[in-house]
Amino acid sequence: MTRSEFEEKLFGVLKWISIVFFTIISLFPLVYMLALSFKPIAELLTNPAQWWPSLEQVLSFETYKAVLRPVGEGGFGFTVFIKNSAIVATVTVVTTLAVGILAAYAVARLNFFGKKTISVAIILVYLFPVVVVSIPLFVMFSRIGIRSSLYALMIVYLASTLPVAMYMLRGYFQSIPASLEEAGQVDGLSRMGVIRKITIPLAMPAIAAVGLYVFMIAWNEFLYALLFVLENRDLWTLSLGVAQLDNQEVPKTMLMAGSVIISLPVIFLFFVAEKFLTEGLTAGGVKG
Amino acid sequence: MSDTKLKRQKKSGLKRRESRFGVALILPAVIVVLLLVILPLFWNIALSFQSARLINIQDVKLVGFDATLRNFERVLSDREFWPVLRTTFIYTIFGSILSILMGLWAALALRKAFRGRAIVRGLVLFPYVVPVIAAAFVWQVMLNPNFGITNVWIERLGGTAIDFLGTKSYDLSVLGIFTMSIPLALITVIVFEGWRYFPFAFLFILAALQSQSADIEEAALVDGATISQRFWYITIPALKPVLSVLFLLRFIWTFNKFDDIFLLTGGGAGTKVITVKIVDWLLGRGDVGAAAALGLILAVILGVVVGLYFKFFYVEDTA
Repeated sequence: MTRSEFEEKLFGVLKWISIVFFTIISLFPLVYMLALSFKPIAELLTNPAQWWPSLEQVLSFETYKAVLRPVGEGGFGFTVFIKNSAIVATVTVVTTLAVGILAAYAVARLNFFGKKTISVAIILVYLFPVVVVSIPLFVMFSRIGIRSSLYALMIVYLASTLPVAMYMLRGYFQSIPASLEEAGQVDGLSRMGVIRKITIPLAMPAIAAVGLYVFMIAWNEFLYALLFVLENRDLWTLSLGVAQLDNQEVPKTMLMAGSVIISLPVIFLFFVAEKFLTEGLTAGGVKG
Repeated sequence: MSDTKLKRQKKSGLKRRESRFGVALILPAVIVVLLLVILPLFWNIALSFQSARLINIQDVKLVGFDATLRNFERVLSDREFWPVLRTTFIYTIFGSILSILMGLWAALALRKAFRGRAIVRGLVLFPYVVPVIAAAFVWQVMLNPNFGITNVWIERLGGTAIDFLGTKSYDLSVLGIFTMSIPLALITVIVFEGWRYFPFAFLFILAALQSQSADIEEAALVDGATISQRFWYITIPALKPVLSVLFLLRFIWTFNKFDDIFLLTGGGAGTKVITVKIVDWLLGRGDVGAAAALGLILAVILGVVVGLYFKFFYVEDTA
């Protein structure tokens, strides 16, 4: 056997081993998380090797009920956190898209003074340490008395998702032929009309993908939530709620149930729009 | 007025209108970034030079130099400062490299089409897509010394349970010949980093591989180059630009990362990085000034390192 033949064989086998390896490491933690979230903790502690739940255990939804029940009834009040997270993330998507679409259009299509500086500056901002910005914002929002509110979170999430949104949308707007917009202008549309009636409908796939991204970022965010609303339980977002389950008194199976709850919408959205998202990811290089 | 002059005037009027419209469209974004990013950055500098505590946060001045360098003195003379800085660099460098190597490996394995590739490609993105909070906690539970699946397997293989995230240094016996002390918790969070962010590198590298023209590789194949030779002499050189961008991005983001370590270990067992220490100063000790000072130090160190990287290592995309 020549070296070439030997390598063909060797790497042919290694390739399949690698594919299996990567599939397992990507999928197994999620399967384990899901399985444990249904398991009664006592059973797990007595026999950790038996981590697979029985069908009745799955159907009883015991841990999930406990996590979702209001605090007054001995639960962890997750329904409130889900609501808070949903509101904050949705508002962030709307505001970021509104501001981001206009700004991205300006940078992609129009000529104006300082355009280059502004677009480069906004990208650079994106590389700055979040922690460094978070301390003064913490002080600033405390001073004006809005720190402990969902509005504070909406505002900082707008600021932190805007650069990505602009960057991704700009790329897409540039790929739309300018002649289509010119045709609209010839037909008597105003500049704003062109954006509303031509550019936005054409860019809808990209706008949807960016919207999903922004939703995921806001939904998953942890540091600002910790800094801003920790002392008021009614304002906790889902990530804070799950983090609070990470303590000695709470069974780890409930921690897993909380983790499943926060992951579900994200995984669902990802399945719905995988193609858009992966394309957007390599185009925009989303922060992680 | 001549005809051409009129035309020019009309044109410049259009230009001016376009310019005004452009400014109007971008203005909201500029205001958001100015108020919520640029202004705070400058104010962070001001905060780091004044004595600001959490309890009297209402008295914090916009600009004040009352404490001069006391915050920096306190931060730099802190017993933990140098170990934390060292941990941050080890975590950032090895975490970035590991995630890129794993991404490269996955991209090479999935490079050629096979049945079910689209599905596998979607699945391997999971670690990156799942919320960090869920990812960190499932790792915590998997590695739990009492009931975690990892230790179930270790015990089944005849070993004793290991507290991966809670052991600062672990005496590893190498073939029973000698023992080596390894920073176990730190290695574990680095492996987590590799696992969580390899999909990011994977996507970039796969896109780069697929945009490469097959000609050169085919020519090399005709010349009898083996797979490993083609990898070292053709694929890797062609990937250099994307690898160097990836390293830069991963380095910056990992250096600034807070959530992962905070959620996995809380900064215990020798895994405390600068960002966790900053939040320590802020929420744990209520010392806003010191937190701001350490934040400034973090930003300066990052700036210097990125500058050096651009000067010495960055490979520009010449293709």
